[in-house]
Amino acid sequence: MIEVHQLTKRYGPFVAVDGLSFSVAAGEIIGFLGPNGAGKSTTMKMLSCYLPATSGGASVAGFDIFHQSHAVRSQLGYLPENCPLYPEMKVTEYLDFRGRLRRMSRAERRSRIATVLDKCWLASVSGRLIGHLSKGFRQRVGLADALLHDPKVLILDEPTVGLDPTQIRETRKLITDLAGKHTVMLSTHILPEVEAVCSRLIVIAGGRVVAQGTPAELRDGRSAGRLLAEIKGTPDAVLAAVRAVPGVTSAAATHDHAGWVTVAISAPADLRETIIRSTLAAGLPLREMRSEKQTLEEFFVSVTAQQAVARDSVGGAA
Amino acid sequence: MTIALAIARREIASYFYSPVAYVALALFLLACGYFFWGDFRPGAPVAMRSLFDQMVWLLVFIVPVLSMGLLASEWDRGTIESMMTAPVTESEVVVGKFLGAMGFFVVLLLPTLAYVAMLAIFGRVELGPLVSGYLGIVLVGMLYVSIGLFCSSLTRLQVIAAVSSAAVLALITIVPAFAARQALLPDFWRTVVRQLVFQRYSDFSRGVIDLGHVTFFLATSAVILFLTVKVLESRRWK
Repeated sequence: MIEVHQLTKRYGPFVAVDGLSFSVAAGEIIGFLGPNGAGKSTTMKMLSCYLPATSGGASVAGFDIFHQSHAVRSQLGYLPENCPLYPEMKVTEYLDFRGRLRRMSRAERRSRIATVLDKCWLASVSGRLIGHLSKGFRQRVGLADALLHDPKVLILDEPTVGLDPTQIRETRKLITDLAGKHTVMLSTHILPEVEAVCSRLIVIAGGRVVAQGTPAELRDGRSAGRLLAEIKGTPDAVLAAVRAVPGVTSAAATHDHAGWVTVAISAPADLRETIIRSTLAAGLPLREMRSEKQTLEEFFVSVTAQQAVARDSVGGAA
Repeated sequence: MTIALAIARREIASYFYSPVAYVALALFLLACGYFFWGDFRPGAPVAMRSLFDQMVWLLVFIVPVLSMGLLASEWDRGTIESMMTAPVTESEVVVGKFLGAMGFFVVLLLPTLAYVAMLAIFGRVELGPLVSGYLGIVLVGMLYVSIGLFCSSLTRLQVIAAVSSAAVLALITIVPAFAARQALLPDFWRTVVRQLVFQRYSDFSRGVIDLGHVTFFLATSAVILFLTVKVLESRRWK
């Protein structure tokens, strides 16, 4: 549904998006993740045909974003960052105006506006001026606008920013309900959101894709084989015993308290049983053993930090 | 065209929510009333010629206030992004904004028809110069609004849009009118001055509809609107 190929955006010498390539299948909900300034919004602005790419290209719903931008824009619902709206208009007035811009007939506008007002919990404020609404309501007006023409593809730039926890939960539910029928690409830097909503995520940093996969894959991919064990004995004896187990690539004592040593063990495979057997055989009691799961947040920090280091060193060499 | 009309409708509606537009409307009518009062006395000709001439000057300061927000506020609030990500072309936006401002411009002129009614009560009105005068004002309005719209497309600050368009309008209207009165003006500049707004407009207020003048106002407005479209498109060149 969305195909991005070597998409690049330069502002003078500054490269905001650097040869980005990825694809999104129909019906997927993609989380687009990255630290501030990673190029998330710039990419979304290019996909929504607001900004042109410096080089590379992309297609949305089968249409090229440069040559068929009119067709792309009629298939697309886009919620820009910060959700710009006309404060002097009433909610229904605004949606009616947006419907007219999309050449919807009067009957179509009436029925679709009723639907999106209901979907986005806006019925109670439909007659109020947008300028008088709270941030959360305004965000939902933007969302209602993006859904108005029942688009095939939705691009939402930080859809839950500024919402309270209940609203965030409701918005997530709304987005989850869209899956299957619509293809959704949403950007965020709130990690629990990604786990709650997205079927797949794309992490970018410094304008490049640094990782992609399902939330579970990304979490597990990096932490496979990291074990923590608490073993009684002197650090030297404990480490020697653990390192003697075939398959252990490294072991380090992280903590030593009242004779109990905590050891961090790295191994490519699951060696829990072997380690328990061999430490007991060496006469060292073991009272805890767990495999350490990395949180998505740790994953995110580690990936984006690596990217920053890589960029700095490239910059230093140049 | 339906898109442009939708944009124009929204623009006119938003004028009625804007205190600035009401202030401009009130100032314009107040000044018109004052000028009309000066002419409306026994023995004076039953015509609005001098009022029309003064309107052209007044509009130099009124139109920039009406046009300053047309695109500057779109840039400022970021609404241009939702506008241009809908299936809408830049020309539709510019034409829509232009028509919207012209719509409010007509609203601005409507109350002055009361003066026509008063003249008709107290004397025998000659219809010709009135029609040509209003036609001329609308044509001048088109040129002014398109210049205001162009200035508004260049900045996100409404104040800058207003000041710069007022400066341009003064340069093509008020300055030449004063210059034309200078006896020592070189012939070259006298020719230039005759090509500008005020000299052209005074024919309309005298009751003459010169096709050359009509073409001048229509063509210059069209060229400036075209340039405004290019400014909107220019975000794609960066």
